[in-house]
Amino acid sequence: MALDKSEVAKIAHLARLHISESEAEEVSNRITDILALIDQMQSLDTEAIEPLAHPLEVIQRLRVDEVTEENQRERLQTLAPNSKDGLYLVPKVLE
Amino acid sequence: MIKSTVAELSLALAAGDISSVELTQAYLNRIAQYNGELNAFITVCEESALEQAKAADVARAKGDTSSLLGIPLAHKDIFCTEGITTTCGSRMLGNFVSPYNATVVERFSDAGVVMLGKTNMDEFAMGSSNETSFFGAVKNPWNTACVPGGSSGGSAAAVAADLCAMATGTDTGGSIRQPAAFCGITGFKPSYGRVSRWGMIAFASSLDQAGPICKSAEDAALMLNVMAGLDSKDSTSIDKPVEDYTATLNDSLQGLRIGVPKQHFAEGLSSEVEQAIRDALAEYEKMGAIIKEVDLPNSHLSVPAYYVIAPAEASANLSRYDGVRYGYRCENPVDLEDMYKRTRSEGFGEEVKRRIMIGTYALSAGFYDAYYRKAQKIRRLIKVDFSNAFKEVDVIIGPTSPHTAFKLGSKSDPVSMYLEDIYTIAVNLAGLPAISIPAGSANGLPIGMHIVAGDFEEAKVLNVAHQFQKHTDWHRNKPSAMAKEA
Repeated sequence: MALDKSEVAKIAHLARLHISESEAEEVSNRITDILALIDQMQSLDTEAIEPLAHPLEVIQRLRVDEVTEENQRERLQTLAPNSKDGLYLVPKVLE
Repeated sequence: MIKSTVAELSLALAAGDISSVELTQAYLNRIAQYNGELNAFITVCEESALEQAKAADVARAKGDTSSLLGIPLAHKDIFCTEGITTTCGSRMLGNFVSPYNATVVERFSDAGVVMLGKTNMDEFAMGSSNETSFFGAVKNPWNTACVPGGSSGGSAAAVAADLCAMATGTDTGGSIRQPAAFCGITGFKPSYGRVSRWGMIAFASSLDQAGPICKSAEDAALMLNVMAGLDSKDSTSIDKPVEDYTATLNDSLQGLRIGVPKQHFAEGLSSEVEQAIRDALAEYEKMGAIIKEVDLPNSHLSVPAYYVIAPAEASANLSRYDGVRYGYRCENPVDLEDMYKRTRSEGFGEEVKRRIMIGTYALSAGFYDAYYRKAQKIRRLIKVDFSNAFKEVDVIIGPTSPHTAFKLGSKSDPVSMYLEDIYTIAVNLAGLPAISIPAGSANGLPIGMHIVAGDFEEAKVLNVAHQFQKHTDWHRNKPSAMAKEA
């Protein structure tokens, strides 16, 4: 399946990536090549096959529902590009 | 001494022939001498390494006899290390100082291992040549015009050039085994879930697995003894007892049934690699093994299925990089959407963005059944192919890669790079343990042999690899370009 430039723009938006007009064609060609590789899958009839989500088919282990982690907000917020008074700061969302 | 295996160093340290401080200093000198040329390390931790070495020597004097005590190691820069920059080869995490240790890091630290530094890698482990790193390509110690393989290329080059005694790697589609093959060393991917993924930066969570990169199968067994085991912090780590992987290394291979997949000796395989693997199989026959052809009929679909599953999982995992809580943020964003988009476009490299796009597309409305679900169905067929083969044979042997290391810059189109992992990817889809060990050489470059066994048969893989290394010397070969002593 080929992916044209408008589809590239749509997918880029869903992935929150910025792809400039000048890059769009190159990106669309590369992705089209990769989709051609992926489409080899369609040569096989898999109608009756159950999907395999986990290589060992184990069930997710559950733990007791109790607090095990301490709150490390101050320590972890030192990693943030911009934080103040215990809050993460981002550009204004509402006027 | 720096060229020795971990097993040999362990004995030398125990006998008092050398101290951990002396050994650590020797590796630091070697890094200073060769890292400029190889670019294998992103971060070198000279001061803390010497402190850890001193502590190891003190512990030994007090009677600690742990097998890896005081041995210098390098961690792939995908493992979180508290207080030390952890970049994952990306501009996105170029300034990220991890607030905690990965379980793998914690386990080696508890065993008294000295950490020399963090090794270079393809960005977010997406690559087969180490050329996608934001910090520049790593060079192959056997020929610096060639790639070391990827994504664990820095770890593989560092071990091959004796810049460390051992290193960690991660393998999502071949990222331990292919660089091990290209660099002429031993690289082992355990079964999915055998080693904790906690603190190992996620790429594709149903495929990612950590493992040893080292100089022999015996060393891999010593490392896996420390790395393997249940971790309550990783809900996919497996609750299964950990064996002593060194205990069965010397078991006889008399009567061992070796399966040779006909699909791995077909078109695309270089004649030198094929000959080396055939010679290795003859060596196994001399040890009493029986060679049988096996069929993996769906193996040609493993690369297509992988390039749906891995990018789909990556697109979800990498959505966390939003410029809000840690990592890179673009300058002067005009609004929130601009901040997300420019942060991610400037912070990620081309290959990472490409895979996020593929994954987002495969998971977008209307395409789920045609891509993700279809790929998971093929994943089952691949698992069944292996299960059927293992009814007939004990291990499967073939080439790790279709050829030896290629030239830097020679594979510019993504699809040809993806096909590099043609023999290794199916093993990740099936979750099996597999090793690459050196088994020959062509034009001065090493050739890797791939040994695969059934679920949790790590000990079998290591036994079969160790016996080959007892009878041959390929793993003792060293790159002549790195022969100068500091």
